[in-house]
Amino acid sequence: MIKKLAIAVMALALSGGAAMAAGKAGKVYDYDFSFEGPFGTFDTMQLQRGLQVYTEVCAACHGLRYVPFRTLSDEGGPMLPEDQMRAYAAFYEVFDPTIDDFRTAEPTDHFPLSALENAPDLSMMAKARAGFSGPYGTGLSQLVNGMGGPEYIASLLAGYTGEEKEEAGTILYENTAFPGGWISMAPPLWGDDVEFADGAPTDLESISKDVSAFLMWTAEPKLNARKEVGFTAVMFLIVLSVLLYLTNKRLWAPIKARVKGQPAE
Amino acid sequence: MSGIPHDHYEPKTGGEKWLHSRLPVVGLIYDTIMIPTPKNLNWMWIWGIVLMFCLILQIVTGIILVMHYTPHVDMAFASVEHIMRNVNGGYMMRYLHMNGASLFFVAVYLHIFRGLYYGSYKAPREITWIIGMLIYLLMMGTAFMGYVLPWGQMSFWGATVITGLFGAIPFVGDALQTWLLGGPAVDNATLNRFFSLHYLLPFVILGLAIVHVWAFHTTGNNNPTGVEVRRTSKEEAARDTLPFWPYFVIKDLFALAVIMVVFFAVVGFMPNYLGHPDNYVEANALVTPSHIVPEWYFLPFYAILRAFTPDVWIVMFASWITGGIIDAAFFGVLAMFGAIAVMAVVPWLDTSTVRSGRYRPMFKWWFWLFIVNFVVLTWVGAMPAEGIYPIIALIGSAYWFAYFLVILPLLGVIEKPTAQPATIEDDFKAHYGKASDADGSATAPTPAE
Repeated sequence: MIKKLAIAVMALALSGGAAMAAGKAGKVYDYDFSFEGPFGTFDTMQLQRGLQVYTEVCAACHGLRYVPFRTLSDEGGPMLPEDQMRAYAAFYEVFDPTIDDFRTAEPTDHFPLSALENAPDLSMMAKARAGFSGPYGTGLSQLVNGMGGPEYIASLLAGYTGEEKEEAGTILYENTAFPGGWISMAPPLWGDDVEFADGAPTDLESISKDVSAFLMWTAEPKLNARKEVGFTAVMFLIVLSVLLYLTNKRLWAPIKARVKGQPAE
Repeated sequence: MSGIPHDHYEPKTGGEKWLHSRLPVVGLIYDTIMIPTPKNLNWMWIWGIVLMFCLILQIVTGIILVMHYTPHVDMAFASVEHIMRNVNGGYMMRYLHMNGASLFFVAVYLHIFRGLYYGSYKAPREITWIIGMLIYLLMMGTAFMGYVLPWGQMSFWGATVITGLFGAIPFVGDALQTWLLGGPAVDNATLNRFFSLHYLLPFVILGLAIVHVWAFHTTGNNNPTGVEVRRTSKEEAARDTLPFWPYFVIKDLFALAVIMVVFFAVVGFMPNYLGHPDNYVEANALVTPSHIVPEWYFLPFYAILRAFTPDVWIVMFASWITGGIIDAAFFGVLAMFGAIAVMAVVPWLDTSTVRSGRYRPMFKWWFWLFIVNFVVLTWVGAMPAEGIYPIIALIGSAYWFAYFLVILPLLGVIEKPTAQPATIEDDFKAHYGKASDADGSATAPTPAE
């Protein structure tokens, strides 16, 4: 009991800390994603839509250096059919040091690096940013949903106010989610930037969420598998705990009963 | 091996006798796992097994991770991503190892608090305690160096801040820091030596853990009453104890299984909860994170380190009396290491002759305040050093030292302990039998100090 309490208190103390440590963070909304919670998994269709948004908009400046094209067909990802994945890879040109020239990308190649020097690589972005941390920064949202980067990305993409200012030769754009309030990235999405084959809504919030989900997948491609392993392990260990509890009870019963029932020795 | 009289291993068959006269290894194992263990041990005595499990878990997962990791500043971060994406089951290995460190520290803190409450550090178990403190120090070193290996932003800047502590030592600080880092700043040389030591130290911990177990197998376990096992005869000892196998092995395994349920839920469903998002950004010497926060298990000591700012009177006094040699930075370092040092010498600071906190009415309050203080220091260590937080950290640090240096020495003199049971058998009967069964003398009063 005491140890449980201690852990709970410690967890609470820590989460508050983590949330505070994020500093003067902007306004991050608690968007709902299909992969939240212990049983949440990626929505394949949403990942495909996110891939489309990424390809048509983000990829102009940003890269995904850690993501190989072949994983687009992986279980638990966008699950493109293999021929589509190969065709997708063939859109890209990659530099091959062995021939010292550019060539058409193959499935084993990775997405290209960022095209602009000041555009960060997006492979890990969804894990590299703290997201919505729960009411009053308690960290409860992270406790339930894990690290909340996707909320941050979606809030950022949908968080432009339209205000601009020039500072030291760069134009900064006001953004309600960005820490500090002014970001150098021009608004990348406006709504209706893409057209989805499945007819899904293309308003600003929807496509922001779609691409955020896709970036969560690029950051944590094994999320579905991990939760399955976790669930199996937890179930197995609960059964094992019950069995060990009964074994222990039975083992100690004569020791305790001897004292209870009759005079010892 | 054990000081408590009990049956020892007797080789029966010819083969057993042949082996035993040449290498008594079976006898060693038998005596170790059949050690007489006080039968009234409560659930706070399970953490030793949990810690052994953690050590083995970390070594096994660590060795597998090393097979795929590249200790080079240009490749370390990418090799961790390779483990997470391409290695079969690699993401589980890494998340187990990452969260295994947290479980390790949860267990070690509860294990230490158990020792502090029930007076496990008192004679004749001082050496067990000291070795335990050495293990704890090595754990902190190992965990710190392990956190540097993924070469994320917090890895890099954490290493910069912590090695900077050594730079605060007067006269030799700069030279020492350069020697530790293998250069003027955290770089490839640092990463490589941290990798080497991160692989080595767990095996030193394993060696010390064996000595730790050997030491308390010689003195016998402490127990919630702090009353020693009767050892005048084998029969009498047997009334206070039960063999470790199977009674405590099964009990501990049950506890371990329950803890594993929680652990695997964390690993499976929220593996990054205890981590920092910045460590998923590759190390960059040109970009300093807005708040550099260590892993949660270092936070209480981080709070103590930061509590002693130049405007605190004791820092000003130390600076004045040493002619400026001890500045605020060095004072903070001394306080941080001193906080662990005073805990390590607690066997000689606690003056009470009563071992268990159960029979010390005043001590209980101060002990629980110590635990609350620990949680407060953990919390304040994660806060930015501004506003009210430095004052809270200072009060918490002051209480930490006061607990060991003032309260424990004084309590032994002024406190009136309550009655302790005469034997462990009596205590066990009081819990698991009717008072009438406990042959009328469940609690024999102890002379007050």
